[in-house]
Amino acid sequence: MNWIPQIAFILVLGTALAIFIYHVRLLRRTILLGREAPLPGTSAQRWRQMLEIAILQGRMKDRPAASIAHWVIYVGFLVINIEVVEILLDGLLGTHRILAPYIGILYNIMTTGVEIFLGLVFVAAVIFLWRRNILKLPRFHTAEMRGWPPLDANIILWTEIALVVALFFMNASDQVLQQRRVEPYIQAGTFPLSQWAVPLLSGLSDDALILIERFSWWAHIIGILAFLNYIPFSKHLHIFLSFPNTYYAPITPPAQQDSLPQVTSVVRETLGLPVSGQGDGTEAPSVLGAKDVTELTWKNLLDAYTCTECGRCTSVCPAHITGKKLSPRKIMMDTRDRLEEIKRTIHQKGKWEPDGKSLLGDYITPEELWACTTCGACVRACPVLINPVSIIQQLRQYLVMEASQAPETINVLFVNMENNGSPWALPSEKRLQWMENIIT
Amino acid sequence: MAGKLMNAWAAAGEKPDILYWVGCAVALDDRAQRIARAFTKLLDAAGVRWGVLGTDESCTGDPAKRAGNDFLFQLLAHQNIQTLNAYEVKEIVTTCPHCFNTLKNEYPQLGGTYIVWHHTQYLYKLVKEGKLRLPDTANGEAVVFHDPCYLGRGNGEYEAPRVLLRKAQLHLQEAPRSRDFSLCCGAGGGQMFKEPEPGRKDINIERTEELLALAPKRIAVGCPFCMTMLTDGVKHAGQQKEVRVQDVAEILAERLGLV
Repeated sequence: MNWIPQIAFILVLGTALAIFIYHVRLLRRTILLGREAPLPGTSAQRWRQMLEIAILQGRMKDRPAASIAHWVIYVGFLVINIEVVEILLDGLLGTHRILAPYIGILYNIMTTGVEIFLGLVFVAAVIFLWRRNILKLPRFHTAEMRGWPPLDANIILWTEIALVVALFFMNASDQVLQQRRVEPYIQAGTFPLSQWAVPLLSGLSDDALILIERFSWWAHIIGILAFLNYIPFSKHLHIFLSFPNTYYAPITPPAQQDSLPQVTSVVRETLGLPVSGQGDGTEAPSVLGAKDVTELTWKNLLDAYTCTECGRCTSVCPAHITGKKLSPRKIMMDTRDRLEEIKRTIHQKGKWEPDGKSLLGDYITPEELWACTTCGACVRACPVLINPVSIIQQLRQYLVMEASQAPETINVLFVNMENNGSPWALPSEKRLQWMENIIT
Repeated sequence: MAGKLMNAWAAAGEKPDILYWVGCAVALDDRAQRIARAFTKLLDAAGVRWGVLGTDESCTGDPAKRAGNDFLFQLLAHQNIQTLNAYEVKEIVTTCPHCFNTLKNEYPQLGGTYIVWHHTQYLYKLVKEGKLRLPDTANGEAVVFHDPCYLGRGNGEYEAPRVLLRKAQLHLQEAPRSRDFSLCCGAGGGQMFKEPEPGRKDINIERTEELLALAPKRIAVGCPFCMTMLTDGVKHAGQQKEVRVQDVAEILAERLGLV
């Protein structure tokens, strides 16, 4: 009756992948509700940016302790996934350790690598849990980090621990069964870590060991498939989205802010200048700036789903440091929460219909927006090139140009700039003052 | 004396080596005007022929843009581009990092493409070319440089102001938050022109305290807005007698005995 586990495996795997693909497509559709965004630079520059920032984690090292633990989990994830390939093959084909006879000494290297990282990932995950829950690093305990966000983080870390523990016991029990030459436990692999658990298990019967081994095997693969389907609803999406997000992030100087093309047309018309750029295929959006997420660019929305809520942005934000309400991380989390709301509607109704709510007002307040100095510290701090300032700027544009809701002193600034060509109500002749005795 | 108004250069049928874009804050603020005086004296010392727009210069539009008013920004930008192009300007140097960023990065899409320098970059170039000689007498006074956001983080220039200060024989200190992790003075994004939102502290106080903790004789800046914010911060700490807030150009001009 060897085929029953195989059928069960195929059903579990197929269902898990189908659900995952559905949610990935839903996610993609939600992100693409955003506006078109210009994409300057060459693809070579973008690949290099992705290599440096995402693959080689060039910015993680700004915080060395977190960086080391993160590297361990990142490499551990890749190494342990080699073992997962074998688990998938075994599950589909009804075999046991199918790779062992084919790859010779490489199999021992593989199992050794997996075992080393089982230990390292366990330690790194414990360190992360400790930093978050016991050391209570301030950036994990700001106002927006209540309820779901810290729970999400802890679920991820405990799941990682559960997955490595399952593999550990799978390997440990396998070794005892190998020693006893129980079928189908062939002599395969070296296990520098789980060998220490062998004496612990050697008193158990063959049946008990097989039960532990099979239970661990199934726990690991079902755990992975469940986790895979958890990710689209979690901050853990960064493990996939960091790569496209760093690829599509602007390669222009961070302080550069592009002009709105539809404004250019109006201004040029006002000044009697020839209006160019008509009919180039890019539909100018009707709303100036953004009130809701659908008026942001799709890159802003990708940013929001890529955010893993590490809070480096907020910890360097001058407004946040001095006690203002603004937190760049909250800007990203609000954008994502609003997107999730829209995504749920698409899931339920098949399409998005405006619900009378919006990012500006229902999630983000003007007080937060006006506290931003546009200093770009948050943008620099983000390990995956997320840009909260871009969202803040677009919401400000809406407030000013559509809603006419600038702070009073900012309106004075605008009037001065219009009337005097300077931020202050001073005559332009004063521009000559400093030159006395300097210019002939 | 190789500085003239642009219309004077045009009237003489000549063109200067470079246009000095003064920027509103430097041109109009009584304290910041000394930056322009110091900088142009350095240009003169290096034999640079420079021009200024005078009353033809207006705001680049940056404060409006950061405050969300792209209309006003683009209106001013187009007018400035018309002025600059009418004088056939090719190269610009400015004493304001906000003007620098706007002219360099945001005018090209609107039809104004120029070679744009922040004044510390241009002074560094003059030093490298041997046109501007800095004093080799030791001074060793402690100075800390405060990176302007729009020069440093925004445009990646951290070295030019630091090299100039070191070459001027000052003892350059680094703040705990410096270079790409420098802390904003609190003026950017329109904050200069509005009251801060409710909070525990003003940003300029937070930053000034950090800089004063190094016990410098001078705080060097490269931005007239930073100058205002940090000068206020130093006054708030009651240390205006002990610590001077100066632009890099002012420090160099002083070391050369030009002011």
